[in-house]
Amino acid sequence: MVGGKKINAMSKQINKQKRESHTAAAWLFLSPALTAIFIFFVIPVVSALIMSFTDFDIYALGNISYVRFMGFQNYIRILETPLFWIAMKNTFYFVIVGAPFSVAVSLGAALMVNSKLARFKPFFRTVYFLPVVTSLVAVAVVWRYLFHPAHGLLNYALGYFGVAPIDWLGNPDIAMPAIIAMSVWKNFGYNMLIFIAGLQNIPEELYEASHMDGAGGWRQFIDITIPMLAPTSVFVVMITVIGYFQLFAEPYVMTEGGPMNATTSIVLMMYEQGFRWWNMGFAAAIAFILFAVILFFSVLQMVFQKRMQS
Amino acid sequence: MSAVIQQIASKQNLTSLNKYIKIFVGVIAFVSFSCNRSSGDKAVLKFWAMGNEGEMVSQMIPEFERANPGIHVVVQQIPWTAAHEKLLTAFAGGSLPDVFQLGNTWLPEFTVLNTLEPLQPYVNNSSVIQLNDYFSGVLKTNIIDSTLYGIPWYVDTRVVYYRKDFLRAAGYNAPPRTWAEVLRLCEIIQKQAKDKGIVRYPFFFPTNEWVPAIALGMQSGGKFLRNNNTRGNFSGPEFHKAFELLAKFYQKEYSPSGMQLITNLYNSFSDGLIALYITGPWNIGEFTRRIPPELQNEWMTAPLPSMDTTYPGNSLPLGTSLVINKNGKHKEAAWKFIEFLGSRQQSIRFYNITGNLPPRKSAWEDTSLAHNIHIQAFYQQLQRVEPLPQVSEWEQIVIRLQIYVEYIATGTLTVDEALKKFDAEVDQMLDKRRWLVEKKSMP
Repeated sequence: MVGGKKINAMSKQINKQKRESHTAAAWLFLSPALTAIFIFFVIPVVSALIMSFTDFDIYALGNISYVRFMGFQNYIRILETPLFWIAMKNTFYFVIVGAPFSVAVSLGAALMVNSKLARFKPFFRTVYFLPVVTSLVAVAVVWRYLFHPAHGLLNYALGYFGVAPIDWLGNPDIAMPAIIAMSVWKNFGYNMLIFIAGLQNIPEELYEASHMDGAGGWRQFIDITIPMLAPTSVFVVMITVIGYFQLFAEPYVMTEGGPMNATTSIVLMMYEQGFRWWNMGFAAAIAFILFAVILFFSVLQMVFQKRMQS
Repeated sequence: MSAVIQQIASKQNLTSLNKYIKIFVGVIAFVSFSCNRSSGDKAVLKFWAMGNEGEMVSQMIPEFERANPGIHVVVQQIPWTAAHEKLLTAFAGGSLPDVFQLGNTWLPEFTVLNTLEPLQPYVNNSSVIQLNDYFSGVLKTNIIDSTLYGIPWYVDTRVVYYRKDFLRAAGYNAPPRTWAEVLRLCEIIQKQAKDKGIVRYPFFFPTNEWVPAIALGMQSGGKFLRNNNTRGNFSGPEFHKAFELLAKFYQKEYSPSGMQLITNLYNSFSDGLIALYITGPWNIGEFTRRIPPELQNEWMTAPLPSMDTTYPGNSLPLGTSLVINKNGKHKEAAWKFIEFLGSRQQSIRFYNITGNLPPRKSAWEDTSLAHNIHIQAFYQQLQRVEPLPQVSEWEQIVIRLQIYVEYIATGTLTVDEALKKFDAEVDQMLDKRRWLVEKKSMP
């Protein structure tokens, strides 16, 4: 017993030594990544946070003594800016309509590509994934042609059904749906791949067993596919919502925020304030408001998911 | 035991890591060193130019380099849409070129940054750059707080393009000289078209442009800002009058109140959907190319009508200037380059390559300009241009104004409401300037 205790203590000490050296090694291995994160993430974020409490602008760029500490005034002023609320409304519009639509299209495409009836699966997987890897600017140029009110393919096709030409990007009511359509087309392939991976993880036996019990395709989809895909879906929805809140490139290249600010998103407004007019303090404050919004919805989603599981 | 081995291993790792770091640093040092070497003992002059000009100016460089064997010019072309951001970012990063092109409305911003070289001393010693040969309204945009910072490279202003046949049919042999007369003309054109069952908008004012609104504002007194340029004065009587006039064109449907209808300006002009339109010199070339041959004799240009009895009415002194980076290494070479591009001869050549109008009055006597009938209106107009307020926020202000043009065009806001709201926004944009002026850090 006594000997055992001694051995136990010794092994504990050895373990402790081991652990210490392990920890040192771990830090060493992590240090390149941590250094990079510190330099390229922590420092900029902290500087931006500090900047959001100042009025750093073009005057301050010329002469640093012209910086004023503003406290929360930038944040208050943003909340008082009508354009901010328009941008907020547009961004939510994009997220609320675009994100579910995008997830649904991805799921639909995944189901089709994964179906046993489908032929040329690798071909379709590649084709659907192609927009994701294509440069957005190139895509935007093509879509601008598609959307052209007079010579666009879309209006040409609609003309066959007697629909009058639609000014897709020029009409304030239609510009956002047009942007959503393009974004969904551009992005659904990525989520589709994740869904395909999720679908392939569902054991085939479940379908076979339910088939024996007489379940039809729809029933199988509702009671097997959907619940088994839940973890994948949560991940996909979260990534999509976070990504869609950061809407920027599509309106930047397609509409520059117009017509009548109908496609101005929060990030586009931030970009214009920051890099076009160089109101860096104001722009940094917008960034942190957006951060808070995204954080809020991510936490909400996680809480919701935990509730579902328990 | 294993711990010892690990320690040794990690030490070895460290030494090899050290070696790698050394190699890495060495490579970086070598690369940056070899990049910094200039080509021979020539001065490498970095020049940034925008858009089409940036592309076309390369043709002119060999001649300059032949005349100045000690200078090698490297041109970087920047797209217009990204130019403003790029220049500011370059300033922040300390990588502005020796000499660059600036839109003359951007000069105030760059003087705030204190990065432009004052040019008067250079001009005093120059036999090529004679300031009295420049259009004075345009030259004034380069003088900020009585210091000259830029030499105009080319000029730009806005005039009226019109269909002669529609004016003739309405009983006008020459375009109207006042806006009151223009409104009467529009009424006749509209009525004549309606009688024939044709849709025609007599005077097209795009809702995504600030230029016509500001030109009208200039004509009605030009007091856009007040309190030493620290507050918006757009709801003041002067601009109010101008905006009222603009709104009238939309209310009476003399102009379409959106951009949806006019998808192609040139087709709309040839099809007779629009009859008059305010635009710039680049459209001379476009109109010549794109309007069908049978209509080529039926379009013409004229200076802007005015709001009083003088003629022509005021327009805007736009265009770009060449400036020298105060912190650049090759200021003398940069000035030589500006002298080269600014000479009468080269500005004519530049016109012939790009169609950009020469800033020097003497250049307009050249046959290539004197024989162009469409260009004469610009010469007349350039004698009557007045500088815009020289505040660094101006660009932001006028871009924002476009939204309010859209609001009054669609009737979303009345002129009163629009201008009050706009003034509030302008006041906010000028907040920092107000503070600086109050503490007397700025003139």
